Amino acid sequence: MSETTTPRLDVHKTYKLFVGGKFPRSESGRVYEVTDRKTGDWLANVPQGTRKDTRDAVAAARKAVGGWSGATAYNRGQILYRAAEMLQGRREQFAAEVALSEGVSTKKAAALVEAAVDRWVWYAGWTDKVAQIAGSANPVAGPYFNLSTPEPTGVVGVVAPTRGNGFSLLGLVSAIAPVIATGNTAVVALAPDAPLPGLSLGEVLATSDLPGGVVNLVSGRTEDIAPTLASHQDVNALDLTGVNSPEGPGSARALETLAADTLKRVRRPDVTDDWTAAQGTDRLLAFLETKTVWHPMGI
Amino acid sequence: MPTFPQPPAAAEVAAAADGARESLAEVASSEATLRRFLHGLPGIDAVGLQSRAASLGTRSIKTTAKAYAIDLAISMIDLTTLEGADTPGKVRSLCAKAMRPDPSDPSTPRTAAVCVYPDMVPVARAAVAGSGVQVASVATAFPSGRAGLPVKLADTAEAVAAGADEIDMVIDRGAFLSGRYLEVFETIRAVKEACRRADGTSAHLKVIFETGELQTYDNIRRASWLAMVAGADFIKTSTGKVAVNATPANTLVLMEAVRDFRAATGVQVGVKPAGGIRTTKDAMKYLVTVNEVLGDDWLSPDWFRFGASSLLNDLLMQRQKLTTGRYSGPDYVTVD
Repeated sequence: MSETTTPRLDVHKTYKLFVGGKFPRSESGRVYEVTDRKTGDWLANVPQGTRKDTRDAVAAARKAVGGWSGATAYNRGQILYRAAEMLQGRREQFAAEVALSEGVSTKKAAALVEAAVDRWVWYAGWTDKVAQIAGSANPVAGPYFNLSTPEPTGVVGVVAPTRGNGFSLLGLVSAIAPVIATGNTAVVALAPDAPLPGLSLGEVLATSDLPGGVVNLVSGRTEDIAPTLASHQDVNALDLTGVNSPEGPGSARALETLAADTLKRVRRPDVTDDWTAAQGTDRLLAFLETKTVWHPMGI
Repeated sequence: MPTFPQPPAAAEVAAAADGARESLAEVASSEATLRRFLHGLPGIDAVGLQSRAASLGTRSIKTTAKAYAIDLAISMIDLTTLEGADTPGKVRSLCAKAMRPDPSDPSTPRTAAVCVYPDMVPVARAAVAGSGVQVASVATAFPSGRAGLPVKLADTAEAVAAGADEIDMVIDRGAFLSGRYLEVFETIRAVKEACRRADGTSAHLKVIFETGELQTYDNIRRASWLAMVAGADFIKTSTGKVAVNATPANTLVLMEAVRDFRAATGVQVGVKPAGGIRTTKDAMKYLVTVNEVLGDDWLSPDWFRFGASSLLNDLLMQRQKLTTGRYSGPDYVTVD
């Protein structure tokens, strides 16, 4: 009798949304296919998030605002640092996903993942320093201390980067980390063609002591998700980083028009083509409100 | 824009009900006959009941049907505040909300009633005067129901005298569970009497079973029949003060009981699930169940109510979504 070895069957991963600290499938029950950027081969079925999924994500994000914005900056920094640790521990998986999503070599992908880890750490360090650069003690003509301090805006809708070197993970981290570092919560529309690193990032965040709902990741058609975020009355700000359709409901113009009705803060689409470049404090300061208090001095 | 009828004068309903119930009155002639009657009711298949209730919750209700269901649900709400910390100011703001749930949209129907503690009835009465919103008051040592009969009757009489249109009484679950059915029966009878006003009219009586404490579905069915024979105008699941409140399954038991009761006596009794109903989706599941089990006759605020407080805000947000096309947020409805 001849010895035949049957090849082991692969266990495929079921990618799921990350909403409110849980991993639901889309309420629609639908999925769409994600393909290898270089070869066009099938990679995975990912949930096709809908407007309702987006609404649920916003509700989860709203619920998380109180706790997250009330946490001390030091504590938020620790949690972000913890996320970097978790990401580092799984860097091989992420390198594979980034390579397939962006069509780059495994070696280059590994470098991009390491850059993403470093970026988390960099933003983690900023949590308790933002107030120093965005706040001020104002001279006033009276016996008062007059202090301006930055406060988080609230729920921020983020359209994740869709292009540029390292967009699928490094770019995503560069968009999410500054939003949550200052105490906002985020609902993220992942890049529709390259959602795998983003969906796996949810698993990292879920094991990082990050309270449920602070980051919510929704994959699906940007034309569905982005206008829902832009028109939602309970979203306070919008980051259009990844918007690149010139017209239609998913265009920057249409989204800005929707957002204007509720006076949302809007950050315009980003034209960067290299996410490895140093980021500056631009994104950190984009989603803050300034609170100024007058405090009597003396006596 | 559909309009929803408001409850008819309580007196008419009560008078009609009293006559027809006489046919069943002899079952309560003694403890033994009452027990024989209640224990002779058919048993409930718990698994079948739960799966029936769950399957009725899977319907998809969209667009115009959803808009109708939302408005119907708003018009069926007994907007409730039953907290130790209730103040006259809080009750007045609740009444304002009941009369005009969404100030930004005058086409929003008003709620059926406000539900408060007896001492707050005068405040609520004055606040909703002339609006058509009813004043419901809990009574009989709510929520535990643990007090002597004179205390319960005084509690009820005080609320009625203060102008309550509807009385939500609780049964003594301890007496019911230990088999003293006649005592529960007589209490309901007596409270029903106490609901009479000086001018001969009568406040609407809702009987709360606290289904979460009755242990079995069979007990819930027995309690339903007991209360209906004793003269309840409405039967209500829960106080909202215990861990298990209204569920689709135990509300289904109540609905089957009122359906069978009407078939047997010709008297229609209303149903009120209360507690734990927080979302539009939950409310629509109940409406589907009403329609499937009881039919159109019960799909009105006269015969079906929701005891709820936070449900109203969710309904209003969904209503705003349907009219504007964009999702609303808690910043756009009043805080209770």
